[in-house]
Amino acid sequence: MNNIVELTNVTRAFSGKKALDNVSLTLEKGQVLGLVGENAAGKTTIIKHILGLLKPDSGTVRVFGEDPVKEPVSVLARIGYMSEEDVMPGWMRISELQRYLRGFYPTWDQEYALKLQKDFDIPDTPFMTLSKGQRARAALMAALAYRPDLLLFDEPSSGLDPVVRRDILGAIVRTIADEGRTVLFSSHLLGEVDRVADRIAMVKNGKVVFCDRLDNLKQSHLELTLRFPTARTSPPHFEGVIAAEGSGREWSVLYQGDIEDAQAFAVGLEATIEEHRWASLDAIFVAYARPTIGAER
Amino acid sequence: MVGPHSTNFKRWHGANGNIGLAILGNILYYLTSTVTHQPRHMKLHISDTDGVPIYLQIVNQIKYLVAAGRLCPGDELPPIRTLAETLVVNPNTVAHAYRELETSGVVEKRRTAGTYIKATGSPLAREEQRRILAERIDALLADARQMNFSIEELFEIVRQRDNELPPQSSGKSKDKSR
Repeated sequence: MNNIVELTNVTRAFSGKKALDNVSLTLEKGQVLGLVGENAAGKTTIIKHILGLLKPDSGTVRVFGEDPVKEPVSVLARIGYMSEEDVMPGWMRISELQRYLRGFYPTWDQEYALKLQKDFDIPDTPFMTLSKGQRARAALMAALAYRPDLLLFDEPSSGLDPVVRRDILGAIVRTIADEGRTVLFSSHLLGEVDRVADRIAMVKNGKVVFCDRLDNLKQSHLELTLRFPTARTSPPHFEGVIAAEGSGREWSVLYQGDIEDAQAFAVGLEATIEEHRWASLDAIFVAYARPTIGAER
Repeated sequence: MVGPHSTNFKRWHGANGNIGLAILGNILYYLTSTVTHQPRHMKLHISDTDGVPIYLQIVNQIKYLVAAGRLCPGDELPPIRTLAETLVVNPNTVAHAYRELETSGVVEKRRTAGTYIKATGSPLAREEQRRILAERIDALLADARQMNFSIEELFEIVRQRDNELPPQSSGKSKDKSR
């Protein structure tokens, strides 16, 4: 079994509105998958399905080959989870939290927990007295200390200052370097995903728009600057164009495919490609979020 | 000189570990330290807004550092894990960059498991140097054309500026005693 997570044709609706629409996604052992998408695109809903907190209307979810809804104990014991929300009881001290969690996780490593507490500089005071950054670090300590096989981070660094964000990313990087760890994290900070993920999946309106290796994705998308002999009123369109913007004779196009093909298409439109370069992750994200629809050929 | 007890060494090789191996490591280090040294700072900059994949950013910058003489033959690159943690990038990405550098002959893996800048005065470095110069010249030419300078006028300015600069320390076939 090489797939740690496997979602197959998962559909889930809340009061008639589809939150996930036929989502298929796999995460192989040792991979780091970055989940991106606009707010309410379905990222958290996907993570809740992996945790077994939600049951799909149709389709299947398998984590370590098991159904997380039916086998929550064995599945959850191997997952480290951290979300942007505070879920720890406010009165609990860090040492109490560690004792409390030790009871739940047979693999809890107290020595490692103390080391993380020291590294992250978390004081042993009640949770509610900690700053937001310290609470995030404490949550990270709690998610790592039992050395889970799968780490799920739901917007782990949302609303945190750069130092804490770096801590969290650093922890992810160290986790990957430790053999056999698999990570799925959602983020709206594309720069973070770019640095840390092997693969990236984008969800939009409950659907997976793309899921690919990051370097493949970047090297297959180009930003083209097209120049036309006469001004045009509608965005240019040919096979591979995701989005276009501009006006008059000059248009900028986000294109998926080979430059040779693009050149041939451009000739067909009597345009010349003035400039082409690899698209940034930001540009790719924006293009898929707001594609040009119904563009004239 | 960077010794095995300096923080750099510890950072790169881990402070704790097998004692026997550590001693062996130290002996090996002293044996090889005459020919190799670890550059104290290999400052790389990863851009999040660039369309260039991160592994390629690392490859290009290391090539640049070699071409610019800031990384010399025999210099050891930091271990993959260390560089990954410093740059906060996926270790697989750093591994990819090192593989790419090895394939293009810029670095070599040695039996002692480190990655080193290759000793051969490779033609690639020269090629890379030409590429860097070409980029700057292109920018210069664009400016010159914009300002309606002819190529001859530009040559003249370049020659003038060169004469005004202090002579190169290696004194390459130039006679400019002042």
